[in-house]
Amino acid sequence: FVTSETSSAPMMNLFMEPASEASSGPMVDLLMDPASDDLKEPPKPDINPLADIINDAPLSEVKTPVAAMTQEPPSDLFDDEPSELFAEPRQSNTAKQQQTSIFDEPDEDLFSEPLGEALKKPQNDVFKEALAPVAKDPTDIFTEEAITTLPSAVSTVSVNSKTNGVHSDEEEPDIFAEATVELSLDSPRNDRKKKEAAKPSASASAPSVSASASKPQPKTLEELIIAFHSTGDGMNAYMAYKVSTQTTLPMFRSKTFTVRRRFSDFLGLYEKLSDKHTLNGYIVPPPPEKSIMGMTKVKVGKEDNSSAEFVERRRAALERYLQRVVFHPSLLQDPDVREFLERDDMPRAHNTQALSGAGFLKMINRATDSLSKMTIKMNESDVWFEEKLQEVEAEDQQLRKLHIMVDSLVGHRKELSVNTGGFAKSVAMLGSSEDNTALSRALSQLAEVEDKMEQLHQEQAASDSFCFAELLADYIRLLGSVRASFDQRMKTWQRWQDAQNMLQKKRETEAKLLWANKPDKLQQAKDDITEWEAKVTQYERDFDRVSATVRKEVLRFEKEKARDFKKQIIKYLESLLQSQQQLIKYWEAFLPEAKAIA
Amino acid sequence: MHVVLCQGLDDGPDFLSEEDRGPRAVNVDLQTDATLQVDISDALSERDKVKFTVHTKSTLPNFKQNEFSVVRQHEEFIWLHDSFVENEEYAGYIIPPAPPRPDFDASREKLQKLGEGEGSMTKEEFTKMKQELEAEYLAIFKKTVAMHEVFLCRVAAHPVLRKDLNFHVFLEYNQDLSVRGKNKREKMEDFFKNVVKSADGVLVAGVKDVDDFFEHEKTFLLEYHNRVKDASAKSDRMIRSHKSAADDINRIASTLYTLGTQDSTDVCKFFLKVSELFEKTRKIEARVAADEDLKLADLLKYYLRESQAAKDLLYRRGRALVDYENANKALDRARAKNKDVLQAETSQQVCCQKFEKISESAKQELIDFKTRRVAAFRKNLVELAELELKHAKGNLQLLQSCLGVLKGDT
Repeated sequence: FVTSETSSAPMMNLFMEPASEASSGPMVDLLMDPASDDLKEPPKPDINPLADIINDAPLSEVKTPVAAMTQEPPSDLFDDEPSELFAEPRQSNTAKQQQTSIFDEPDEDLFSEPLGEALKKPQNDVFKEALAPVAKDPTDIFTEEAITTLPSAVSTVSVNSKTNGVHSDEEEPDIFAEATVELSLDSPRNDRKKKEAAKPSASASAPSVSASASKPQPKTLEELIIAFHSTGDGMNAYMAYKVSTQTTLPMFRSKTFTVRRRFSDFLGLYEKLSDKHTLNGYIVPPPPEKSIMGMTKVKVGKEDNSSAEFVERRRAALERYLQRVVFHPSLLQDPDVREFLERDDMPRAHNTQALSGAGFLKMINRATDSLSKMTIKMNESDVWFEEKLQEVEAEDQQLRKLHIMVDSLVGHRKELSVNTGGFAKSVAMLGSSEDNTALSRALSQLAEVEDKMEQLHQEQAASDSFCFAELLADYIRLLGSVRASFDQRMKTWQRWQDAQNMLQKKRETEAKLLWANKPDKLQQAKDDITEWEAKVTQYERDFDRVSATVRKEVLRFEKEKARDFKKQIIKYLESLLQSQQQLIKYWEAFLPEAKAIA
Repeated sequence: MHVVLCQGLDDGPDFLSEEDRGPRAVNVDLQTDATLQVDISDALSERDKVKFTVHTKSTLPNFKQNEFSVVRQHEEFIWLHDSFVENEEYAGYIIPPAPPRPDFDASREKLQKLGEGEGSMTKEEFTKMKQELEAEYLAIFKKTVAMHEVFLCRVAAHPVLRKDLNFHVFLEYNQDLSVRGKNKREKMEDFFKNVVKSADGVLVAGVKDVDDFFEHEKTFLLEYHNRVKDASAKSDRMIRSHKSAADDINRIASTLYTLGTQDSTDVCKFFLKVSELFEKTRKIEARVAADEDLKLADLLKYYLRESQAAKDLLYRRGRALVDYENANKALDRARAKNKDVLQAETSQQVCCQKFEKISESAKQELIDFKTRRVAAFRKNLVELAELELKHAKGNLQLLQSCLGVLKGDT
């Protein structure tokens, strides 16, 4: 691993340095075509520095005619080493450029995606609005890796420079990671929501349109709109959600498509993603919880506010969940995600049912997990992880407290709304029995004002709930996932340690055999040692890889969290502002009436 | 019309100001003159009683001095009120309703619970909640002072009641009036008396009045009283929810503060700013609830009591009418039998006089009541609207400036 040494050091710096500076030089030469001078950002995280660390023969992989590598069926890319996702996309990209004929399948486009993201950086100015901060995220991930591989990439990439350039001119669908996923209801509200959904994407697409004007690359936007639609009846009824995707990502078969999904399908997706990716330290966004109470009420056809609210809340939560999934650059690549979005009918995810066999298995696993967690005492070499974990736990605690309080606020506001309504009616009655006409009129006006206040409080409570409480609930769940990724890292560490212990034992056995002079068993012992040595190396590398992934994921998560919180809280404050403005209007209308009493 | 405290003809303290300075008579518009001015200049809250310092300024010859003060307790106010009620002479007047008993139980309980729960919350939270509760205690205290004062002012303003001897004793006698609260037996007696009275009241109310004015007033007051009672209860509930919501915002603000102090990242600074905002808006929300309490809930409560007093007046008149009619019948019977005619005649005369006296003053009282009521409602509703606007605008400004800062940062 010649390159591993060289790459690991600078890689650390990468976290600090702005990628552009380091990468501008050689990359520009490599990939810049006069035609695509906007592509300032080396889209060339061609070789993943992580790959260097992780793969046995990273460079060799790169150097080998990429054809060899890329001839593997694309599905390999999604095998259990998602790290490859970073490695191979770039590599196959170069391959693609060389041998465009071989790769007609749309899957190839997956490789170009990360490229696209990196390409986006130069567009920052255009994308300032909602996108720039978002755009930066994926690029950060990639550019970090890009830099170190520069020296090594040069050799391979130079061959492809022309084609690269050309290719990036034409085909680089810049995957824009911001997927706007929207779940909307099949109702008049639906239109409104769709329009609202359309707006952020419209604003996103506007710059993209202008971007494409200035630069030949079309920006890709992915936008998901989810509506719900009830099917079946009685206790067999279930809510089917219409997931509508709008995208220009080439990896999908068409530009817009809609599928029907059940709640268990969403859970199934999570299970699949979690099984595959949590092992490697990824933070997989969790879906909303099951709620027997809520769904039963809806099924029974109880027509009241609480069940309507429940449905809307669930729909919105599912939408946010999907949005987070597609926003995650690695998860987006997962074929399960694509299948979920695209495939017309999916097999039922039975193992998500609580009382299924799989459900019990899960419970047992979880129990053993938590038990083992308690017993693992990790020898933490990197204090960053320890500190982060503590931060995460403290934050979790605070968020939970906050959530309880916001719930309490929602409850009290609802109560206030109801009581205001009662008061309004009472004042109206009082006004009607008052015999002074001016006072009577003023009192009925007061009743009207209080009536409007009831409405206002009701809306405010809804805003409290949807904007604020749901945000907190989401992040409490997400922090759980973050914790899981830390746990995963601990597990890989444990595995490594166990392997080391095993190796030690094997060596002792060999020593004993040597001493006891039993040559026949010696060979076996030697074989064992070799086997375990390999395992130790493997596990150590796994641990490092997972650590790196966890670290990267946590940073990404924190950025996303910061953005999310700011956005949502600002939205919430704006709704408060609107309420106050309404309030002022109402009381200003009332004041002259009160003054007119004589 | 100007607002008057029993402090003479000058304007009372600005009701629109942040603090409630001094007692206030918000529910009545009284004209006082220099001959008799009463106010509660001070009050002391002890373990389970409140001591009011009643201060009088008078140019009336009945008093030894022109200005003097005495210390009175709640029971003595009640004694005074009851003496009015029991006095036959005052049957034709609306007796100003007695002030409600000072009730600090709820507040005290909360303070106690806070003390017990001290260990479970952070120091900041504890001090904040303590300040909250102390403010609440103070507010209740001020209210009770005001209500006692209003009672005295009403008496002092009433042309007849102000001359009452008991009242003068109350104002002047600077030693303990030795008024003891009613003991159990007396309370039982009261209870039975009330039962009898209400039964009687129903009977009396059933009697149709010849006078249209009073007939109208009877139906009006009955309906009005019930509706005011309902409105008063509902307003209390509404305001309580409002206060709970404000409390929640308070706690949210402190948790956000904790979140914000965990780190110095952008997000944390954001949290700190939002926490600050919530702190401020909460204060405003609490004020809104408090003002609604003053202007709306207190108003309704007061008129609940006054309308009851008016109903009582009508009852007394009704009773006198029934007595009068009975006396008439008795006289007719006596004349028919020609026995005890003189006796019957005198009793009929007495009843007649009593009835007419009551009727005359009652009419005026009821008209005054109406005027007072309309004026008080007007004043309070205007002030309520103005305060709501003031606070909403304050809130709006806070939100706008905070949003400006937050959006600018991101």
